[in-house]
Amino acid sequence: MPSDPILRLEKIVKRFGRFTALHGIDLEIQDGEFLTIVGPSGSGKTTLIRLLVGIDEPTEGQIWLRDKRIEKIPANLRPTCMVFQSLALFPHRSVGENIEFPLKIRGESVSARKERTLELLDLLHLPRDFCDKRINQCSGGERQRVALARALAFDPEILFFDEPLSALDYRLRKTLEKELKDLHERTGKTFVYITHSLEEAMVMSDRIAIMREGRFEQIDVADVIYARPVSRFVAEFMGEVNLIDVEANAEGQLKGRNIDLKVDGAGQSSILTLPQGGTGTLMVRPEYVRFLNPDETSDFSVNGVMHAEYALGSRMQYSIETANDSVFTVEKLREHRFTGQMSDEVVLGWDADNAHLIPDNISK
Amino acid sequence: MGVFSATPITVVLLLSFAAPLVVISVFSIMPQKVFNFAHLPDFSSYGVLLSQGYYRSLLWALGMALVSTVILFVICWPLAFAMAKVFDKFTTVITVVVVITLFVSENIRLFGWVLTLMKGGLIEGHLRAWTGLSFEGALYNVPVIIFGLVYVYFPFMLFPLAQGISTVPEEARQAAADLGATRWQVFIEVDLPLSAPGIVIGSLLSFVLAAGALAESKLLGGQAVIVIADEIETAFTYGQNWPLGSALSIVLIIIIGTLAIFGVNRVDLDAIMGRKS
Repeated sequence: MPSDPILRLEKIVKRFGRFTALHGIDLEIQDGEFLTIVGPSGSGKTTLIRLLVGIDEPTEGQIWLRDKRIEKIPANLRPTCMVFQSLALFPHRSVGENIEFPLKIRGESVSARKERTLELLDLLHLPRDFCDKRINQCSGGERQRVALARALAFDPEILFFDEPLSALDYRLRKTLEKELKDLHERTGKTFVYITHSLEEAMVMSDRIAIMREGRFEQIDVADVIYARPVSRFVAEFMGEVNLIDVEANAEGQLKGRNIDLKVDGAGQSSILTLPQGGTGTLMVRPEYVRFLNPDETSDFSVNGVMHAEYALGSRMQYSIETANDSVFTVEKLREHRFTGQMSDEVVLGWDADNAHLIPDNISK
Repeated sequence: MGVFSATPITVVLLLSFAAPLVVISVFSIMPQKVFNFAHLPDFSSYGVLLSQGYYRSLLWALGMALVSTVILFVICWPLAFAMAKVFDKFTTVITVVVVITLFVSENIRLFGWVLTLMKGGLIEGHLRAWTGLSFEGALYNVPVIIFGLVYVYFPFMLFPLAQGISTVPEEARQAAADLGATRWQVFIEVDLPLSAPGIVIGSLLSFVLAAGALAESKLLGGQAVIVIADEIETAFTYGQNWPLGSALSIVLIIIIGTLAIFGVNRVDLDAIMGRKS
């Protein structure tokens, strides 16, 4: 990763009256990266982006853009720009007038503005004759592109996005996610994207920051966050997951606390250890759980009863009840679907390589 | 059936709005100082209007209405903006206070100002009693008439403006600022065009009411200038010249009506609000 951060946050605190929305956020954003900040509603992500853009000021802390402190500089004097959740296009201006707005503000000539507007229409795959179209004649996807073009016309050092795709239908969202990632590569700009959708984060970003109650829970590349979450919260937020409460016995071996977890001796990989008497959570993603044949073994296994089957398109999802009413989720590709009957007894197994242990002192 | 049901209201509207207009239009083309329609039409009243300098009263009325409308816009904008975007519950307080003044008749409020501003009145009297200094009262000039117009028609500008400003989406303003616009540029590029419906309504109301206003120039202005409404009243009463009064009225109605239609058409409300292509 390049060493020079383009944007650096130090101990950012934001309070609204007695409510603290952000509790001392630290973050470094690298030049040219696509960082996505993900969190449930109320986690403080929109508050954070408003500080980064300059619509609000932090109560405490510093924001550095390269080597310049900017937390008190108003939005119009910052070289950054945001695509709003509502897009905030100007309804009284045509598509072309919307796109050229930042250039007009800067006092560029009419011909330069026109030229740049056409370039941006091309870049965003919009027909050139859209210039004179009114905003309310554009479809949702077209408006999205117009808002992007307007932001790019500003030529910002960092482009922020506040959940701009959340109002679109599924297919259009998928298309635009890919276009956005492609646009990021072509423009080489730093993108900071906010969403509550994990899928969006996974498709587009270089790094993902998981936010919870005004703090970052984990910041890392998507693969690490998916496979090795630091807490139950991150594990559950990042898609379907099986979590098993475990503790270490006297020999340091893992043992299920409320579940009859069978641990093969070979399953004691070096990463899956707890201090003696310690407790934690053993995590395994549904796609790594297998239905074991009677002669098969695995590092971990659990007995259960097949309860339900759900079709998820290319994959099948199974819900398996284990002895003490806990439910396991298993996913298989359709071609590897479960062949038995509902209510069949099954043995679920998975390997240590695909499991992850979250010790309790870190998990929240 | 629909036509039949609409008959009563049609009759009321015809009698109360259309009939007086018809009567006045016809009277305006009667010879001078007649009191019935049994004469050959002529345009002598319009000739008198031009030859005897009545157009000056008309220009005074329109000019003072224009100046007071501009002043009203400038002083109402900040307050209307605050009411729409900044104040929370305080907006209700302002609304109530401004509306309460409307409960007292315009003439009484203007008399209050006369007592305040006249020589020996509230201000000059106190000043003389305390310091011995004296000045002529602030009454009986053009600025005080404009002050009166601004004072009386304040609510008619304030509330439409506040309504217009409240329809400007906050995010459009933030986006403009985020794209580099200064406060002034946000005002010119976003606030003004998006609150245009409120501006047009407020300005038209203030202008039309001020152009036809009578009490301000009479009570505060004394005989400093005679406005057109004053001339019309005189023509119908002391002057006993109904055709002249009618001609003056028709000219005023045509000017103001044209302005109103032009103003509303020029600012296409639907287009601004993005409802129409």
